[in-house]
Amino acid sequence: MSQQGYVATPPYSQSQPGIGLSPPHYGHYGDPSHAGSPPGMMKPAGPLGAAAPGGMLPHGPSPPGPQQFGQNGAHAQGHPPQRFPGPPPVNSAAPSYAPYSPSTQSSYLSPASTASVTQLASQLNAMHINSYGSGMAPPGQGPPGPPSAPLFQGLPRPPQPSIMQPGSQVLPPPPTALNGPGASPLPPSTHRQDGLPGPAPLNAQYQPPPVPGQTLGTGYSPQQASYGPQMAGGQLSYPGGFPGGPAQLAGPPQLQKKLDPDSIPSPIQVIENDRATRGGQVYATNSRGQVPPLVTTDCVIQDQGNASPRYIRCTTYCFPCTSDMAKQAQIPLAAVIKPFATIPSNETPLYLVNHGENGPVRCNRCKAYMCPFMQFIEGGRRYQCGFCNCVNDVPPFYFQHLDHIGRRLDHYEKPELSLGSYEYVATLDYCRKNKPPNPPAFIFMIDVSYSNIKNGLVKLICEELKTVLEKLPKEEQEETSAIRVGFITYNKVLHFFNVKSNLAQPQMMVVTDVGEVFVPLLDGFLVNYQESQSVIHNLLDQIPEMFADSNENETVFAPVIQAGMEALKAADCPGKLFIFHSSLPTAEAPGKLKNRDDKKLINTDKEKTLFQPQTNVYDSLAKDCVAHGCCVTLFLFPSQYVDVASLGLVPQLTGGTLYKYNNFQMHMDSQQFLNDLRNDIEKKIGFDAIMRIRTSTGFRATDFFGGIFMNNTTDVEMAAIDCDKAVTVEFKHDDKLAEDSGALIQCAVLYTTTGGQRRLRIHNLSLNCSSQLADLYKSCETDALINFFAKSAFKAVLHQPLKVIREILVNQTAHMLACYRKNCASPSAASQLILPDSMKVLPVYMNCLLKNCVLLSRPEISTDERAYQRQLVMTMGVADSQLFFYPQLLPIHTLDVKSTTLPTAIRCSESRLSEEGIFLLANGLNMFLWLGVSSPPELIQGIFNVPSFAHINTDMTTLPEIGNPYSQTLRMIISIIQQKRPYSMKLTIVKQREQPEMVFRQFLVEDKGLYGGSSYVDFLCCVHKEICQLLN
Amino acid sequence: MATYLEFIQQNEERDGVRFSWNVWPSSRLEATRMVVPLACLLTPLKERPDLPPVQYEPVLCSRTTCKAILNPLCQVDYRAKLWACNFCFQRNQFPPAYTGISEVNQPAELMPQFSTIEYVIQRGAQSPLIFLYVVDTCLEEDDLQALKESLQMSLSLLPPDALVGLITFGRMVQVHELSCEGISKSYVFRGTKDLTAKQIQDMLGLTKPAMPMQQARPGQPHEQPFVSSRFLQPVHKIDMNLTDLLGELQRDPWPVTQGKRPLRSTGVALSIAVGLLEGTFPNTGARIMLFTGGPPTQGPGMVVGDELKVPIRSWHDIEKDNARFMKKATKHYEMLANRTATNGHCIDIYACALDQTGLLEMKCCANLTGGHMVMGDSFNTSLFKQTFQRIFSKDFNGDFRMAFGATLEVKTSRELKVAGAIGPCVSLNVKGPCVSENELGVGGTSQWKICGLDPTSTLGIYFEVVNQHNAPVPQGGRGAIQFVTQYQHSSTQRRIRVTTIARNWADAQSQLRHIEAAFDQEAAAVLMARLGVFRAESEEGPDVLRWLDRQLIRLCQKFGQYNKEDPTSFRLSDSFSLYPQPVLLDSSSILAERILLMDTFFQIVIYLGETIAQWRKAGYQDMPEYENFKHLLQAPLDDAQEILQARFPMPRYINTEHGGSQARFLLSKVNPSQTHNNLYAWGQETGAPILTDDVSLQVFMDHLKKLAVSSAC
Repeated sequence: MSQQGYVATPPYSQSQPGIGLSPPHYGHYGDPSHAGSPPGMMKPAGPLGAAAPGGMLPHGPSPPGPQQFGQNGAHAQGHPPQRFPGPPPVNSAAPSYAPYSPSTQSSYLSPASTASVTQLASQLNAMHINSYGSGMAPPGQGPPGPPSAPLFQGLPRPPQPSIMQPGSQVLPPPPTALNGPGASPLPPSTHRQDGLPGPAPLNAQYQPPPVPGQTLGTGYSPQQASYGPQMAGGQLSYPGGFPGGPAQLAGPPQLQKKLDPDSIPSPIQVIENDRATRGGQVYATNSRGQVPPLVTTDCVIQDQGNASPRYIRCTTYCFPCTSDMAKQAQIPLAAVIKPFATIPSNETPLYLVNHGENGPVRCNRCKAYMCPFMQFIEGGRRYQCGFCNCVNDVPPFYFQHLDHIGRRLDHYEKPELSLGSYEYVATLDYCRKNKPPNPPAFIFMIDVSYSNIKNGLVKLICEELKTVLEKLPKEEQEETSAIRVGFITYNKVLHFFNVKSNLAQPQMMVVTDVGEVFVPLLDGFLVNYQESQSVIHNLLDQIPEMFADSNENETVFAPVIQAGMEALKAADCPGKLFIFHSSLPTAEAPGKLKNRDDKKLINTDKEKTLFQPQTNVYDSLAKDCVAHGCCVTLFLFPSQYVDVASLGLVPQLTGGTLYKYNNFQMHMDSQQFLNDLRNDIEKKIGFDAIMRIRTSTGFRATDFFGGIFMNNTTDVEMAAIDCDKAVTVEFKHDDKLAEDSGALIQCAVLYTTTGGQRRLRIHNLSLNCSSQLADLYKSCETDALINFFAKSAFKAVLHQPLKVIREILVNQTAHMLACYRKNCASPSAASQLILPDSMKVLPVYMNCLLKNCVLLSRPEISTDERAYQRQLVMTMGVADSQLFFYPQLLPIHTLDVKSTTLPTAIRCSESRLSEEGIFLLANGLNMFLWLGVSSPPELIQGIFNVPSFAHINTDMTTLPEIGNPYSQTLRMIISIIQQKRPYSMKLTIVKQREQPEMVFRQFLVEDKGLYGGSSYVDFLCCVHKEICQLLN
Repeated sequence: MATYLEFIQQNEERDGVRFSWNVWPSSRLEATRMVVPLACLLTPLKERPDLPPVQYEPVLCSRTTCKAILNPLCQVDYRAKLWACNFCFQRNQFPPAYTGISEVNQPAELMPQFSTIEYVIQRGAQSPLIFLYVVDTCLEEDDLQALKESLQMSLSLLPPDALVGLITFGRMVQVHELSCEGISKSYVFRGTKDLTAKQIQDMLGLTKPAMPMQQARPGQPHEQPFVSSRFLQPVHKIDMNLTDLLGELQRDPWPVTQGKRPLRSTGVALSIAVGLLEGTFPNTGARIMLFTGGPPTQGPGMVVGDELKVPIRSWHDIEKDNARFMKKATKHYEMLANRTATNGHCIDIYACALDQTGLLEMKCCANLTGGHMVMGDSFNTSLFKQTFQRIFSKDFNGDFRMAFGATLEVKTSRELKVAGAIGPCVSLNVKGPCVSENELGVGGTSQWKICGLDPTSTLGIYFEVVNQHNAPVPQGGRGAIQFVTQYQHSSTQRRIRVTTIARNWADAQSQLRHIEAAFDQEAAAVLMARLGVFRAESEEGPDVLRWLDRQLIRLCQKFGQYNKEDPTSFRLSDSFSLYPQPVLLDSSSILAERILLMDTFFQIVIYLGETIAQWRKAGYQDMPEYENFKHLLQAPLDDAQEILQARFPMPRYINTEHGGSQARFLLSKVNPSQTHNNLYAWGQETGAPILTDDVSLQVFMDHLKKLAVSSAC
């Protein structure tokens, strides 16, 4: 983990006092985590400390610090003139950095302990200037021509040695050369008019008339109101508030200096650093409070007493001891739990513990399950619960003697004593009505209204079902799946099918009473696929023909879910509904919807209603579904507004998935849809689940986000939960936490397997506690934080005006950082932006979240799309939310066709693209292959098998399978990216300077948004300003 | 004229009419004093092998309020080509087709032997007969199997062009679509939800969607037959399909837990059947045939809940008004029956179960629509199988013995008015000059609708003499009545049968003997029984019994010969001799060496006395020397077979012996002349004592005589 300080101070700034504070922190944390740090990592730090890193940098995995310097260097390379005037400030900064070297070192020695910080030296005024500068000197031009090539080749090397130290620390060197073309000493108020090349034109539309107070806020035009006052404040403070800065930066010319994007923390850098230090290694979960590798880092996780981070990730691995402290830092204490996460084949699957009729051993008081946190005493006759401290008798069947260190002799034989995650076979007490559950059922419900017949969708689904049903999930030891299947088609009435194996032909039963829908048959509706295969195939062949002449275009929706749920209820089994639906359900029935998509509501207090269901029918339906273990997965094929907010509610609350294919076209979209369908059917999934989070005393779970339903404050009910669904849990103090006992979390999920077995899945995690804020900041996990922020913000969307939500997010970001600045960082000029190492990329990620269409009140964005994305994010795990908010952008033209690893990603900004380049962008939902106008013809030939750029047909959604290495490697890359993702990404081919490029640009999240949302640089300035204000 | 007995029989055979009085008292007061009202039993479609229908339309009286049909009683002026209506005396011109008419060239309707004549109407579209099977699937496996076989068999008996439909029910109700290939399709309804006809038609997709296109092009063929054909298809087209469908019919799949009755949605199933036909084929001959194996247990029309621990309502529950669902259920079925009648369709109920099936609540369905109601123990009995088969029996012309959508109109000469009718009919509420204000049975109208009828369907029609005592009908005159029955023949032809009868008027003071001699005691008993039953529908049982007793006593007082206060002197003439007594078989007949055959219409019981039974057990009948005994045993069997051949519905056939459990059927019917109360009979060869508190005929007659002669009465 990177704990390396990232320091960029103005020449005059002094960070020594901060250093003075740091050592105690190290002392405090140094020991426990020492062992975990890779020894090799120490070496680069040494040279760094010795201030001779230049030679080291180009080689292999570098510690974060140097690489960041390198990146700065890249920028600097474009502006050599700037650097050279810099030396004086450099000198002053150099000492400030030097003292950090030891801290850097110790951070490598003890990853969990360092208090090293990233100081983004940026005098407030300088930031202003820079932001103006960037406005006028677009990134594409800023480093004109030459820099772009080295940029894509990786980190620029040659100039580094010379400029590295000075350049990295001193952010605003005298920018004479740069300022020349880009900026005149304009008054701040007008700078935005020039805009960035890409988004600028749009910018003009919604940019309010520039007023003096807005300068920084311009990047946040929609958020104007929320930030306005604060920014105005900042603006005012600028001349006098930070006297040191401007004064030392020597006046107006420097104000125009552009803030170099390369000088601000790079997500790619952070990701790459973590990969470099921790990738490919074994991560053992043996100690409390250790911060796991980033979600983007591949490593082998070994369960040694704490749940794998694949199952649980926390926003921080060190909880503050008191609630006051927690309030002070405002860092959310949360865990993102993905109880059914897929485990790679090289990691051990969960052990299954079977205590027979005795059932799991549980604490008498708090009912926590036996786990490594239970302390055996009195020779093994009793044990003390780690959660509630209750002393329990060990049940006779479970007795075992203790060894000399007080550990049970069978410690390593029992998963529940030595592992963080394991499963119990549940006894009948854990089953509904004390009866063993029936195996679950899948019901396929196909909208056979006119449009779906006409565009061939019904035929496609029916054809696909014939093969995909062969792959129903099954228990490993079983030969066939225990899951039964059923079929319903519908338009404004419902058709149930009897596909009992002994029938010569299927029987159709029409239920027209959609007002009070019911299940017309019991026997023969849910069948074993293998037994009824011929009848089912017969049916699937007939369905498209049966409705071929139908011109019914009205549909119902709520009755469809109701029918499926009633069917499961009648069969007394849990299950999942696969609904294939395409239109607004306007037929007369419960849950009937009208088109209420009103763009006029945007930016009003009523905007939230667009995210709320239109009727409460769906709410109560969802409740019933959950009560009967009925999970609803919805495949939507809308060609216009279908009210996703209403239709998606039941899938959301029942742990189902919502898939949406806008304007579905057979030749373009069927592949994506079919992949989604296959994956969804084959997915690992648990049914009829109840999750309970138990914590040690002093704190408790207070809020839950995800595809869940809660009837009370503790039981998280899920009709089903699959391997891609995560529940984010927020914790709050209700008492003090003790540093020595730490904070323990036990997540127990009671569920029914696909084979119909009732089980308990237990995940245990121990966290540290500290009364030092620095410890807290050190153990934070930005990806999890963003996951939490996204979910809490997206939940709030239903109740609060977006403006307020955005304001809260920015405020909290600033607050967290300001608190760090105030309490943990070395005292330095207030104008210095100092970011905790663990939150280095919080601003950029936060900005991405703020720019997400859900939070952007823009009429250009379809209401359904916003509701859809809102829903998706609510169930995302950390890895998915990370990719979703900060897409992966891979240079393809520099591909090493011999390598099997993915190329190093680049930052999501247009300035990183080049006309000669080809780039692949993926965010988990979409995938784009962007082709520069001057893309190398041999690559084009290799990938598309056409002679030139002009010949490329952008209508394709899969790449042609061509035998050459380019094609093979690219397709391999695409499949690797796709592999781990829950949604199939539709590939769009985008040619530079063609219209569809606009869509692609929205994903260049560091730039100003197409529909608003500030650039990363602007946002950072804004946050900085906020922090400064808070500090003042 | 020979005897009245012959006269009555002759009239019945020719016209299907039997009057209680064949000579009519000439004033209202006298008629009232006759006690038994002036009434007749009319069998509108009495089989007349000797009566070929005429292929033209009847000639009507031109008076709009009369419209009586030309008949043999009319005065005809052959020269002027005029005829006088014998009901309203209107003089009418013969229609042009009758120009050739003369004394020697008379049309059939003027010949005396054609007092009953049938016309075939050629006008109007002929629509095929419709048979809609409504089948309960909550049956035992073998019961269902037997029913399925009967239904499959019936397909071969139906007219080939008849439309047939299938509704099955249990917990749900399924309306089967019969026209689909490759997949069998049905519309399913919840068995607990009452639906309006409109809803049913909407849900079945029978309502035509508003199609402005269609209106713009009126030349388009009418779509309705096409739509409805999904559920009702010509037998010849889908008999294979339907045979398979019936073959695959499964028992209701919903589990019935212990202690529960199966959920049977009879009420909704019938409602849907009625709604389906109502929407598609109103006023077309159609038969809804309900086959049920138990009481309705859910939804509208439920008779008992599904908890077995709560028994179905008993006679005592009904008496004490404790039958929870009865009123509601009855109301539901009455509503359905009335709708069905309005549509001109009829409902048959075939209820086969060992326990009650709720026929009490459902009876109006058959009663108001002219449907059959058949009750048996199981569908797997010859009682059901043969009865059902007999529904489709054909007459000598090869036509089905069933007719539909009939309207019966009664016209009377001025001295008479019609007071009402009792039978499988509903009022059409047609007021007119011949409608009496006093109602007997369904009154207040001169027309009734009979949705389903067969050659034995018989109505009781009650009349009132108009003339007051001070202005009696002049002597020597004749009163006339015309019965006009329009109906759809099973061949789908529309037909009109017209029966015109006349009887003499007599002064009851001077000619009481004439009137008395013309009394038809059999008809009178039936007519009085119908009145009693009709009254029992709305009145308390004891009140009705008291009323019947009083009527009988009054009749005896009027026509008996006796000395006052001397019961022993009481005598009744021959024409009244049978009227007071209900039974002929007496308990004293039950003797050890006798074989008895009892026919109670619904039951045929053969009973072997104790000794006979022992002989049979000993196998005497198989010994050549006792061939005589063999014949003795065989004789009642042959007689019973003869009865069984003709009777509809098929009676329960019981062959039992002394001490057999089924002997109860005999013992419950015989006249209890010996009971446990008159102990002197014990142990003697005087028959079998019956354990009952009911009075014997002797006791009854003694009381009757006593009361009849009493002046206090």
